[in-house]
Amino acid sequence: MHIMEGYLPASHCAAWYAASAPFVVAGALRIRKIVRERPEARMILAASGAFAFVLSALKIPSVTGSCSHPTGTGLGAVIFGPSVMAVLGVLVLLFQALLLAHGGLTTLGANTFSMAVVGPWVAYAIWRLGRGLGLSVALSIFLAAALGDLATYVFTSVQLALAYPDPTSGIVGAVAKFGGIFAVTQIPLAIAEGILTVVVIDALAGKTADADKVGVLAGEIR
Amino acid sequence: MRIPRSAWLLLLLAVLVVVPLLKGGEFGGSDGEASVAIEQANPGFTPWLDPLWEPPSGEIESLLFALQAALGALVIGYVVGRRHGQSRARADRTGSGRPAQSAG
Repeated sequence: MHIMEGYLPASHCAAWYAASAPFVVAGALRIRKIVRERPEARMILAASGAFAFVLSALKIPSVTGSCSHPTGTGLGAVIFGPSVMAVLGVLVLLFQALLLAHGGLTTLGANTFSMAVVGPWVAYAIWRLGRGLGLSVALSIFLAAALGDLATYVFTSVQLALAYPDPTSGIVGAVAKFGGIFAVTQIPLAIAEGILTVVVIDALAGKTADADKVGVLAGEIR
Repeated sequence: MRIPRSAWLLLLLAVLVVVPLLKGGEFGGSDGEASVAIEQANPGFTPWLDPLWEPPSGEIESLLFALQAALGALVIGYVVGRRHGQSRARADRTGSGRPAQSAG
């Protein structure tokens, strides 16, 4: 999902920076509030960031014959709500842009919007929807993390299509073209991320009953 | 014996990763493929800015990726271990017959 340095026109870079900025600021305020009100949640907050850090480093083979990486933003979004992941996601993207030439500073705003805003918000919406429909906690977490991951890659395809519409089929055709590269490759990886998110939440929550796991990790239930 | 959920989920995860490898392919990065698609659709395209710093070789790049994964795994492992220790300490306190302390 990383759009490489210099691959988006300057106007698009600026627009995505502007679109991401409010989410990052809101996320920072939210983290400050969580740390102040529930100091015991700090550990899980750190683990949420670490999870995104690990997962975005793992290039995993897919059935399409190419490799991609999960995003790891669903875990924190389910536990703390989507806004905290905007901040944690930027930190991951900055590390990769500066040290790995993966992504870039000009495209940081666009990459932040897809990985740290769209992914977490979709994950959180699916989590709430799943619980609202009466799905089990584990299944809701799985769907949230998997679809959040996929949403990030679909959105990257949209971002590239807006910048590089197809000469004949336009933006819609370009979404299909980039989606063929990103989203299809991502489907098995999204499933893998969903599974791993359930495993890690189980590991973090220990013997807590399924229904209380997310609340306990968020520091809302003692 | 009942198999723990994490065990069979991790097994499933391993299958998901191994199956594509058996199927075969080039396994290049999808990020790079998108860049190539842009260059092909727009002849003469060059990125208007290059990364400030690039890992000088594939080895250094894999070193940094390994470091990224290791640092993250370290934090998650620490938090999991600490939480298990805390819950065990709590169980010991309440299990020893003494009145439960206010902590926790």
